[in-house]
Amino acid sequence: MDWLTVFQNSLTQMIGVQAIIYCLAALGLNIQFGYTGLLNFGQAGFAAIGAYAIAVTVATLGWPLWLALFFGILGAIIFALLLGIPTLRLRADYLAIVTIAAAEIIRQVARSVSLNDYFGGSDGISGKYAADWYALNPLPVGIDTALIRFSRNDLWVVINGWTLVAVIVLITWLLVRSPWGRVLKSIREDEDAVRSLGKNVYLYKMQALTLGGVIGAFAGVIFAVAAQSVQPDNYATTLTFFAYAVLILGGAARVFGPVVGSMIFWFLLVFVGQALNNAVKAGYISSSILRPDQVGQIQFMLVGLGLMALMIFRPQGIFGDKKELALDER
Amino acid sequence: MSDSPAAPSRTKASSIKAALASVSPVPGAPKPDAIFVGDSITRSFGGLAAVDVSHLEVQRGSITALIGPNGAGKTTFFNVITGFDPPNTGTWSFEGSSLAGTPAYKVAREGMIRTFQLTKVLNKLSVLENMRLGAQGQTGEGLFRALIPALWRKQEEEITERALGMLEQFNLIHVKDDFAGSLSGGQRKLLEMARAMMSNPSMLMLDEPMAGVNPALTQSLLEHIKELRETGITIFFVEHDMDMVRDISDWVIVMAQGSIIAEGPPADVMRNPAVIDAYLGAHHDVALTESGESLTDTSVSLTKSEES
Amino acid sequence: MPRGFQLMTGSTSEGGRMSNPMATGKVARRQGYRRGIAFALALFAGLLMAIAPAIAADAGLKGTVKDPTSGTGIAGVVITAEGDGFSESATTGADGKWAIALPGEGTYTVSLDTTSLPSGLGLADPERGTTSIDAYSGQIKTILFPLGDGSAPAPDSEAASKWSQIPQLTIDGIIFGIVIALAAVGLSLVFGTTKLTNFAHGELIALGALLTFFFSSIVGLPLVIAIIIAVLASAFIGGWVQNRVLWKQLRMRGTGLIAALVVSIGLGFFLRYFFLFVFGGQTRQFDQFAGQAGIEIGPVLITPKDLIASFVGIILIGLTTYWLLRTKAGKATRAVADNPALASASGIEVEKVISTVWVLGAGLAAFSGVMIGLQSGVSWYMGFQVLLLVFAGTVLGGLGTAFGAIIGSLIVGVLIQLSTLIIPTELKYVGALVVLILILLIRPEGILGRRERIG
Repeated sequence: MDWLTVFQNSLTQMIGVQAIIYCLAALGLNIQFGYTGLLNFGQAGFAAIGAYAIAVTVATLGWPLWLALFFGILGAIIFALLLGIPTLRLRADYLAIVTIAAAEIIRQVARSVSLNDYFGGSDGISGKYAADWYALNPLPVGIDTALIRFSRNDLWVVINGWTLVAVIVLITWLLVRSPWGRVLKSIREDEDAVRSLGKNVYLYKMQALTLGGVIGAFAGVIFAVAAQSVQPDNYATTLTFFAYAVLILGGAARVFGPVVGSMIFWFLLVFVGQALNNAVKAGYISSSILRPDQVGQIQFMLVGLGLMALMIFRPQGIFGDKKELALDER
Repeated sequence: MSDSPAAPSRTKASSIKAALASVSPVPGAPKPDAIFVGDSITRSFGGLAAVDVSHLEVQRGSITALIGPNGAGKTTFFNVITGFDPPNTGTWSFEGSSLAGTPAYKVAREGMIRTFQLTKVLNKLSVLENMRLGAQGQTGEGLFRALIPALWRKQEEEITERALGMLEQFNLIHVKDDFAGSLSGGQRKLLEMARAMMSNPSMLMLDEPMAGVNPALTQSLLEHIKELRETGITIFFVEHDMDMVRDISDWVIVMAQGSIIAEGPPADVMRNPAVIDAYLGAHHDVALTESGESLTDTSVSLTKSEES
Repeated sequence: MPRGFQLMTGSTSEGGRMSNPMATGKVARRQGYRRGIAFALALFAGLLMAIAPAIAADAGLKGTVKDPTSGTGIAGVVITAEGDGFSESATTGADGKWAIALPGEGTYTVSLDTTSLPSGLGLADPERGTTSIDAYSGQIKTILFPLGDGSAPAPDSEAASKWSQIPQLTIDGIIFGIVIALAAVGLSLVFGTTKLTNFAHGELIALGALLTFFFSSIVGLPLVIAIIIAVLASAFIGGWVQNRVLWKQLRMRGTGLIAALVVSIGLGFFLRYFFLFVFGGQTRQFDQFAGQAGIEIGPVLITPKDLIASFVGIILIGLTTYWLLRTKAGKATRAVADNPALASASGIEVEKVISTVWVLGAGLAAFSGVMIGLQSGVSWYMGFQVLLLVFAGTVLGGLGTAFGAIIGSLIVGVLIQLSTLIIPTELKYVGALVVLILILLIRPEGILGRRERIG
């Protein structure tokens, strides 16, 4: 059993593309759910909009990448408005139902045969649509050490991805320490109190939903650029649920929560998966109990259990301080 | 008992008393200088009329009490005029501008700031942050301006300054950095009131400011309210505690079953048979009607039963 | 007052906790319960683990192309599977059978080349010449391409044929509506009594179908007996035990409503992959009545099993309605949903009511799963697939009202089927979800819901 490879893979994934994608998705959720208390269960939909904006604009229409990015942001803003207008005046769980439904609508429309020409059906859209951007890569080679290993292109994505994360973390940090952030935190706790003090709660919720959604769209952009392909089923509810697990693991309503959460999440997920895989292959676990192809299912079951356990026993996340957290208040 | 013990130094108090002396004590009486005027305001829940107020005026600068038995529709009336509950019908104006159909946050911006029966302090924010939230027109509350601290830092300092002064006044300065959730019930009431004052209201609407307050704090709360009147703020409050109503109000409005059944100076109202009927039901013991004290007792027991 | 003791009333919706009625701890009884729960969980895990070895298989796709009239296999038909850089074709043998080995997990598009069919034959449904499937390694999926006489409706008669579909689509819609309604009643009652928005409710649907599959196809009991046992077992395990072990404990801890909602998401996620783990990724049919022929009633074609199942479904819904309206326990349930504090104060044992609601809801959801299983097979994912439609029905009728949920679900069911007259069949669920969002925009309290204070 090759423990070194298991460890290398886990560390690589800990700071790899997937960690960045889920970190971004969770950063968006942090503004919506962590600070404002909005239950957006359609983060996968926002990510899909970002990803498809890139794929359709560049691969299908042949327009430049920067324009695609603009469309992705615009699409996320429109999507947030569409979701927010009917639901933000209603009880929190209505937003949850509507957002999860809307994300499914996007996925099903994207994979539909009748719109195959635009979105590529269930195969999605593949192509070298970020070739120009990859051409900007000044790095001579990738990285290959005992601890981490990235190809040249992956390293370029990872460096840029974490830079984007850093910028968003900085923005979040500035925002939550401002009077604007104070209003958000107050809304999370008691929106009537905020309303009675002359603040337009609806507007703030809409801003939080939109901002978080745009950040979620960036997750899709990174996904599309890194994979050079977009597939509708990558944007199923699982993405949203993982992002919630990441957020709660790292601590909701903490600026660095999504970053820490995403790293731990991916390290654990990959480590458990690879370790189990190795154990099965080496015969430590009988294949009558666990077939190699079932390792993924065990991973997913553990994510579900972990999300439950965190929410019940440590809703403030593994590093959080319970006194500061209002998640269990509502 | 009929004269409240207004201190001689309270000049506004006596001038308002004088102004209200000429007002005839009938439901819906017009006031010489009304800050709030409401007309045919109704709100029903499933066919049951919770509020049915044909006309109501509140005198500028006065302390006006809104009393009535449980279920009279006082809180619903508050909710309706502050935009927290949509009315079935009705128009009302504040300082001359119509507010019917105005959302709650805009009502607050017009200068009608309310508190809640179940205190709504933000438990997970510090006392000082609660106070800062109350300030109006904050530059840093805009999404994009929030990103540039230089734009709002100076204003934030001014707000903090004002908040500290207010906390001093309300005897909360020693807990300014505590989570609001750790305060006692009475301190929360004080904080909510102080926070409302941060919004510079022209009319402060208090929904049962005394409910659940430790008797030791009651007196200081009363003094605060009287002092607010001296600064020219109109106070409109719902209360069950008749001692308090008698002590501080310039004018009392009585609601029963959604409508206004009586109005007048506190002492007169409490002797009004219609009011006693409303509190005790139509078939009360005749002997009770003569005594204002028995009315107080009843209301106290009502308050208690509500809390349990 | 301990944190969890705050009770929700109908009007204070925004910032609540799961209602936590007076739970009197009777130690001796609780120990008894514990033993019972441990036993039940062991039984549950054992049952499901028993399914697993029965379905281990290799990765791939297979199917048989048959002549619709004679039922014999057709040779020489070309089937292609594509996905993620993979493309492989197979040609049917003399028995009409074909098989394609897949490289691994993923989504594949499987299509039948209609030009390779003998003349005079075509697809029964021209839109279904291409299907998209999710493959999981370790399983062989069976894919059928039903054939017809190839006379797809001519373009000029399209409008007329669409209108003639209305009776059939309406009946299909009503049956689907019954399926949704059975699941929606439990979701709605649980929400009404505890304010829990349960995203794991779909797994109760799957549980009923999976247990039925276990008892009928693996144990070998007659399907009817298997259904009865499965529904009762689901009601016990998915209802009584789930409430006892999880939700009641959370109510006692005073877990917030949003936290509870996230817990339900985690639970649903766990259960789905647990189902996948033991059952595999295939969609499987019950052994009995699998390929039942439909009977024609007037303009409508319906299989006897669907007809009977729908009747039972209607009876179950009717009994629930009667129970809610006429019996003491039912009235108590409605009282708790209306105002738990008041109900508790007037001597109703709120915890008992909640427990009953869970058992009833889980049992009805299980039967809903059985109906889906009879129609379109059993899969690990089936519960989550319909959950959003169940939410749509519930919200349409008004969250928290059982009658609203029933009516809303029927409307959603019929709407989904009729919408295929206008939009492509593959997007019919999208239509329903769009309607859900529109309803919230126009009438957020639902058809039968009471207007709540909305900001």
